[in-house]
Amino acid sequence: MREQTSFRIFRWVVLVPAVLFTVVPLYVMVSTAVKPLGDVLGEFRWVPKTITLQPFVDIWSTVPLAHYFVNSLVVTTSATALSVVIAIFASYAISRYRFRGKGAFSGVVLATQMFPGVLFLLPLFLIFVNIDKSLGFTLLYQTRLGLIATYLTFTLPFSIWMLASYLNGIPRDLDESARVDGASAMGALFRIILPSARPGIIAVAVYSFMTAWGEILFASQMTNSASRTLSVGLQSYSTEANVYWNQVMAASLVVSVPIVVGFMFLQRYLVAGLTAGAVK
Amino acid sequence: MTVTLPDQPAKTPAGQLDDAGKPPWRDRINWARLTPYLLIVPAVLMELLVHVIPMVVGIFISFIKLTQVYITNWSSAPWAGLDNYGVALRFGNSQGKALLQSFGLSLAFAVLCVGISFLFGMATSLVLQRKFRGRGLLRTLFLIPYALPAYAGIITWKFMFQRDNGLINELLTNDLHLTGDRPFWLIGGNAFVAVLVVSIWQQWPFAFLMTMAGMQSIPDDLYEAAAIDGASVWQQIRYITLGIMTPINSVLLLLLFLWTFREFNTPFVLFGAVPPKSADLLTVHIYNSSFITWNFGFGSAMSVLLMLFLIVVSALWALWNRRVNRRYA
Amino acid sequence: MKIRTPRSTVRGLAVTASAVALLALAACSGSSDNGAASSSAGSVSGSGGSGAGATITYWASNQGSSLDNDKKVLQPEIDKFTQQTGIKVNLEVVPWSDLTNNTLSAAVSGQGPDVLNIGNTNAATFQSTGAFYPFDDAALQQFGGKQHWVDSAFATAGVAGQPVTSLPLYSQVYALYYNKKMFAAAGLQPPKTWAELVSAAQKLTDASKGVYGVAIPGGTVNVSMHYSFIFGSQNGGAPFDAKGQPTFTSDGMVEGVQQYVDLMGKDKVVNPSLAQDSDNSQAPAAFAQGKAAMYMTQTSGINVLRQNGMDPDAYGIVPIPAPADGTKISSFVAGTNISVFKNTKNLDASLQFVKFMTSDAEQAILNKSYTTIPPVAGLKASFDAAPEQLSVWSDILNNYSKPLPLVSSVQAFQANVGGAVVRLIAQAATGNQVDSDTVKSALSDAQQKMPTS
Repeated sequence: MREQTSFRIFRWVVLVPAVLFTVVPLYVMVSTAVKPLGDVLGEFRWVPKTITLQPFVDIWSTVPLAHYFVNSLVVTTSATALSVVIAIFASYAISRYRFRGKGAFSGVVLATQMFPGVLFLLPLFLIFVNIDKSLGFTLLYQTRLGLIATYLTFTLPFSIWMLASYLNGIPRDLDESARVDGASAMGALFRIILPSARPGIIAVAVYSFMTAWGEILFASQMTNSASRTLSVGLQSYSTEANVYWNQVMAASLVVSVPIVVGFMFLQRYLVAGLTAGAVK
Repeated sequence: MTVTLPDQPAKTPAGQLDDAGKPPWRDRINWARLTPYLLIVPAVLMELLVHVIPMVVGIFISFIKLTQVYITNWSSAPWAGLDNYGVALRFGNSQGKALLQSFGLSLAFAVLCVGISFLFGMATSLVLQRKFRGRGLLRTLFLIPYALPAYAGIITWKFMFQRDNGLINELLTNDLHLTGDRPFWLIGGNAFVAVLVVSIWQQWPFAFLMTMAGMQSIPDDLYEAAAIDGASVWQQIRYITLGIMTPINSVLLLLLFLWTFREFNTPFVLFGAVPPKSADLLTVHIYNSSFITWNFGFGSAMSVLLMLFLIVVSALWALWNRRVNRRYA
Repeated sequence: MKIRTPRSTVRGLAVTASAVALLALAACSGSSDNGAASSSAGSVSGSGGSGAGATITYWASNQGSSLDNDKKVLQPEIDKFTQQTGIKVNLEVVPWSDLTNNTLSAAVSGQGPDVLNIGNTNAATFQSTGAFYPFDDAALQQFGGKQHWVDSAFATAGVAGQPVTSLPLYSQVYALYYNKKMFAAAGLQPPKTWAELVSAAQKLTDASKGVYGVAIPGGTVNVSMHYSFIFGSQNGGAPFDAKGQPTFTSDGMVEGVQQYVDLMGKDKVVNPSLAQDSDNSQAPAAFAQGKAAMYMTQTSGINVLRQNGMDPDAYGIVPIPAPADGTKISSFVAGTNISVFKNTKNLDASLQFVKFMTSDAEQAILNKSYTTIPPVAGLKASFDAAPEQLSVWSDILNNYSKPLPLVSSVQAFQANVGGAVVRLIAQAATGNQVDSDTVKSALSDAQQKMPTS
C-alpha cells in the first residue's frame, strides 16, 4: 500500500513529540538517580557531572523501603487475588444465568465502579475505627487487612465488569455442551470457562494490581508506620533538612522496574481483556 | 464494553432453567435456581462491606454536624438537616464559591485531559497502525508511563517542575531562552498546567493502548478494498477506522472521563493537601475539608453532590451510547 | 413451591443484607462508655509501684533533627524510667505530619497509645474531643500542682475553667535569627523596629547573587498561621474575640498579614522560590548557607540550623521587631504538651510516666537536648548556646509573648488562615500585587470557612 507524503509527515509530527514527552521524564528519573545530592540541588544538568550508585545504597537506610515494599506486595497481591476470585464467580453468574436481582446487582457494580475513592474514604475510616472499637483490638484501621478491604472498592467492581464482558464473548455452546454431557455448573466453570477466559482473568489481575500498587488516597489515610505502603513511603525522602531527590528517583526506579517489566509481558492480555466486550 | 451486558439477555445454559416446568428436570430445579445466587454471594457481601454500607453511612454523615467535638462519639452529633448542603450550594458565600470554582476547575481539567489524551493516543495509534521498523519498540516505550506506579511518575514530574533545580525551567530559561525569569509551576496559575501535563502523561498511553487494540481488530481487506477504489489514506482513516472505532471510543471516553474526574494522586503528590487555587480539584478539595479542617459532615455533603453529578454524567452517556450502538450495530 | 424458591432466596438475601447493615451501623455508633467508665476509676493514684510490669506505648513528637535523633535522646531516659518503676515503655516517634492525624484517628477509634505528645496549639482542639484524660486539680497534685509550671506555659494546657487535658513538656518561642557576619559586613545593627528590619533586609538583598534579606518558609501552613498571629498581634489584632468567634478580618489581622506578605511582594527581600517551601526546610537551609541574612523561627531552629551546618555562634538572636507604633510581640508560647489517652488500660503507669517526664530532672535533660525552654517553674534554659542568647530567649518568653487563643477551632484556624497566607505569598511571589483588599478578602474567605459553633 502506498503511503501518501502528507501521512508520512503526519507520522513524524505525531511520533517526535510523543517520544520526547515519554522519554524525557524517564531520562530525568534515571539520570537523577545516579547524581550525588549536591549536584541535584543545583541547577538541572542534562548530563550528570559525576555518576554514583550511592543513592541506590542509601535508599534502604533513609527510609524502611524494604518494609514498605513488603507491605505493598502483601496488600496489592491479596486485594488482586481476592477480587479476581470473587469476580470469577460473580461474572459467571451474570454472564450465564438469568436470575432475579441480576439487573440490580449489575447496576450496583456498574455504579460503584465510577465513584471516586474519596466518597468512601471517610465512611470506611469511621466504620473501621468503630469496628475496631467494638472488637477491642485493631483489626482493620491502619492495618494491611483494612487496606486490602479498601482496595476492593476499586478493584472489585472493575474486575466483575470486565470479566463479565469477557465471558459474554466466550461462545455459550462450549459450556452448554459440557452441561449437556453432565458437567455441573462448577465443572463447566472450572474445566471449560476458566481456561478459555485466561486472557480476561490476567487482564483483570494486571489492572487490579497496577491500580492498587499506585494508590495513594487510602494509603495515606489508612496506614501507619507499620502498614505503610510504597506510595506513601516514597514521600518520606523529604526531611526537615533536605529533599533527597536523587534517592527519591532511585527508589522510584527500584519499585517501578519489576512492575513495568511484568506489565510489558502481560500487556497483550490487558488489551484483549479490555477490548473484548467493546469489539465483539 | 459492558454496556452491552445488561441489554443482552443471557441465554439460559443447557436449557434447564427456563423450562422449569418439565418433569424430568424437577429434582434439579431448586438447586439450579440457587446456583447464580450462591455464585454472587461473596461479591454481594464485599459490595455491601466496601460500597453499599459506606455509601449509606456517608449519606447519613452528610446530614449531621460532625466536627471534632463529636468525633469520639459521632452518634451524638446534632442533626444538621440540609445545612451542610445549604452551605455547599450557597454560591454567594466562600464555601459555596470555593466548591463551585473547584467543580468548574475539575470539569475543565477532565475535559482537557481526556480530550488531549484521546487525540494524542488516537493519532499515535493511527501512525503505528502500519508496520515499520521500530514499531514494536515505540509501542513498548509509549506504554511505560502507564505501567509506572502513579507516584513514581508524579514525583519525577514534581522534581522537573521545581523552580530552581527543575528541568522545565532549565529548558525554558537557559536552553531555549524563552523567559528571563524562572516561572513557578507548582504554585500560582501555572499549577493547573502542571497537573494537566502530568495527568496527560499518565492517561494518554491508556487511550493509545485501547485505540491500538481496536484498530488491530479491523480486517485488512477493508482497507485494501478501499485502496482499490482509490480512497486516500485520510479517507480510509475517516471512513473505515473512525467508523468502526466508534463503540470502543465511546467506552474509552467514559472511562477516561470518570478516571480523570476522580483523579486524586496527581494533585495530592504534586501539591500536598493544600493545593494552589488553580489546581484545587474536587477530590482534593473534599479531602481537605474532611481531613484537614475536620468538618466531616460538610465533606460528606460535597461527596454526595459529586456522586449525584457522576450518576447524571453516566446516565447521559448511557443514553448517548445506546444511540451510537444502534447506529453502528 | 418452585416458583417461590427464588423469591425466598431474594428475601433471604435482603434479610441478610439488612442484618449486615444493621450490625455494621450498630458497631459504628457503638458507645464509647466502657472506655470512659474504666478511666475515671483510678483518677487520683499514688505514685507507688502499682503500675510495675505494665507496658505502655508512648507517641513522642519529632523534636530533634530527625526521628533517629529523637530516639537517641529519649531511649536512655526511658530506660531510666523502666529501671525506677519496672514499667516498660514502647517508644514511637511520630513525625508532625502524621501526629495530628493519628491522634485524631486514635480519638475516634479509642485505639491509641497510652501517652502521647501534642503540639500545644492543638491543646484546646483535642480537649474538646474528650479523648484525653482530664487532669483536674486533684490529679494535678501528683505532679506538683499548677505551680509546678510557669504560668504562661500552663496557660497552653487547655481551655480555662475546664480540667486541662495536656501538660507542658517543651516550650518554644519565635525569635529573629540574624547572620552576624553579613550584618557586620554591611555595618548594620540588629533591627529594633519592623522598618529597620525591612531597610536592613533591602540593603542585604542582592538578587543577582541569590542573596536575600529574609528567608521565610512561604509554603508552610502552620508557620504561616503562627506568623499571622504574631504580626496581627503587633498591629493590635486578634484572630478570635472574647467569645471565641473568629475576627480574621479585623484591621490588625489584615495589617499584620500585609506586613508579612510585603516582605515577598512590595519589599522584595525574600527569594521568591521560598514560596514553595511547604515543609519549612528550604528557609533554614537558605539561612544556614548565607543566602539569607535573617530568619524568624522557633527555639528549636537552633537544632535544625546545626543540622544544616550552622553553629549558634554564627548568628545572633533578637525579638522579632514590631512596627514602631505597634505592640512589641515576638511570639506566642509555642511548644509541645504531653497527654494521657483516656482509654488507656494502664492509667497508673501512664500517670507515672507523665510525672517522670515533667519532673525537674528530666525536664532539664530533655529541654537541653532539644534546645527548648523548660516550661516548669524554676528551671532556666540550659542548652548549648551563648549565655546572652539564653537570656534573650527567656526575655522573649517573659516579656514579648502573648498566648495563642485557646479555642477548639484552632485546627481549622490553622488550616484556613495558614492556607490563605500561603496562597497570598504565592500570589506575591508570582508577581501579583497583594494589597490590603486582597488580604482582607482572603481572610474573609478563611473566616467563612470556620465551623459555626
